[in-house]
Amino acid sequence: MEILVCAKRVPDTSENEIELNGARNDIERDDLVYSVNEPDNYAVEEALQIVDRVGGKVTVVTVGSDEDEEILRREMAMGAHHGVLISDDAFSGSDGRGIAAILKAFVQTKHYDLILTGVQADDGCAQVGGMLAAMLDYPFASLVTSIEVLEGGKLKIGREIEGGNKEINAIDLPCVLSIQTGINEPRYVGMRGIRQVASVPIPTLGTPELGVDPETVGDRAAKVKRVDYFVPPAGRGAEMLQGSREETIDKLMDLLKAKGGLN
Amino acid sequence: MARIFAYIVHKGGIADDSAAELPVAAAKIDAAQPPTAPLTAIVTGWGADLDAVCESLRTGYAEIWKIAKEPLAYPNADVVRKALLNVLPRGSILLVPHAHFGVDLSPGLSIRMDVPYVPDVMEIEGMDGTSLKLVRQEFGGQVSAHVRCDISSGAVINIRPGAFRPAPTAAAGGKVVDKSADAGDLTAGRHYLETIAAEAGDVDISKQQVLVSIGRGIEDKENVGIAEELAEAMGAAVSCSRPVVDAKWMDKSRQVGSSGITVRPKVYLACGISGSFQHLDGIKGNPFLVAINKNPKAPIFRVADVGIVADILEFLPELTKRVLEEKSVSGSERRQS
Repeated sequence: MEILVCAKRVPDTSENEIELNGARNDIERDDLVYSVNEPDNYAVEEALQIVDRVGGKVTVVTVGSDEDEEILRREMAMGAHHGVLISDDAFSGSDGRGIAAILKAFVQTKHYDLILTGVQADDGCAQVGGMLAAMLDYPFASLVTSIEVLEGGKLKIGREIEGGNKEINAIDLPCVLSIQTGINEPRYVGMRGIRQVASVPIPTLGTPELGVDPETVGDRAAKVKRVDYFVPPAGRGAEMLQGSREETIDKLMDLLKAKGGLN
Repeated sequence: MARIFAYIVHKGGIADDSAAELPVAAAKIDAAQPPTAPLTAIVTGWGADLDAVCESLRTGYAEIWKIAKEPLAYPNADVVRKALLNVLPRGSILLVPHAHFGVDLSPGLSIRMDVPYVPDVMEIEGMDGTSLKLVRQEFGGQVSAHVRCDISSGAVINIRPGAFRPAPTAAAGGKVVDKSADAGDLTAGRHYLETIAAEAGDVDISKQQVLVSIGRGIEDKENVGIAEELAEAMGAAVSCSRPVVDAKWMDKSRQVGSSGITVRPKVYLACGISGSFQHLDGIKGNPFLVAINKNPKAPIFRVADVGIVADILEFLPELTKRVLEEKSVSGSERRQS
């Protein structure tokens, strides 16, 4: 099975306190720790486990710039067979629809049986996979937490729905699935693994290779535009307990006793 | 202003809470009084359940468009999308709750309708010309963003559940319009097979009065014991957020959130939990919420009653020690009296 995984390099929100820049048109990106978007990493692991069972190859693709190549190498160190960087000045400022249009053009230059994305990335939009599927006229399912390959070009998939319940579907190949975290345990990648793929060539593809109409992508074509960032209002906001550790615990103990927290 | 439709999620003949929230969002898009076009609920399904839902919507919606087809008996997004495409007038604005079904349905629907898509909207600031200004969150809820979108040719907008409080409305006395004949071909490459119910765990966290809940900040499976010791001392149970289950440090039956268990404790200690909306969605009944997190910008501090900036790996053992001391003191006081 030929599997394509769409991945993104993002600031690691578990490692960073996100601050806004002075112009409030972006976050402060100096000194941020970047990594592969966590759900995408689960998607790559799932792809690798599928080809271990039924054979095939895994390709990881990202739309970005030169510095995004590092996540492709990381996923290749995990075992992905190919990495592809899609990069072109014409692509910058694309909205989700633009990114999906670029990926569609790439998919049409090859043949993939299965396309995986992570469930969502740093912008929390959870949109590119579903858009790509619609553009390709492939079936789509989101929040996938299990995949079983059936006979006759089908998969049996589980989706996470409300209340810890799981929805089971049969879906025809080729299809697009968005992968939820927790579907598997992504393998560890050491520095040694990264070094081993350090010199593997990664092709960079742009407008000419993909045949994308520049009018349909990038900032000018974006229909949904971010105006600015702002710090969310505090709401009622927590009363922050200050002071030494002992004082903090004193205050907390009093509150817990009053609220019935100690039984 | 294009006509606004609200997609109604329902189950067992009962409309989801979002059915009462979408009209509030719609009124912020079409702010004219009365609205320039009647707000219309669009409901897909089959049988008596569908009829019951349509009937229940008559108080909140001016019109209810019913699409009754057997392939729509279970809401398979690939099938529902086809029905909506055939029934929705060109240029419509469709509001959808941003939960598991909306995430499945909407991105592809926007492509097929050739309209913009705005996901997970938490506030709508209103129109500026033909542009709608909306608020979303990014980076795990650490920052908010204004986004702008031209909706003059229609749009699909996913609304965050719980973000728009239902307002009491005069009974709309809506009429049910049967649009089933327009649904068209509903064959799809995806077929619903069955739903597997969540497995019960050793502890039913939905019944606990006090929860010590741990998140990514617990850092390692070996550290889960720190929370268990505190819970034991407090007479509480340990629950957790999604990353802890993803890492297989705790069982899925301990996960609080929209994709896990809904809890109603009196006291909830959120330890090393950032506070995603999916997690908060699982905490009901307005408990006394204590947040302990080393990141002072963690979104959990915006909703907690009390916040402590600390590393839970240091803080929790100290708190446990203190709770145990307190118990032994009050125990000996009781013995003396």
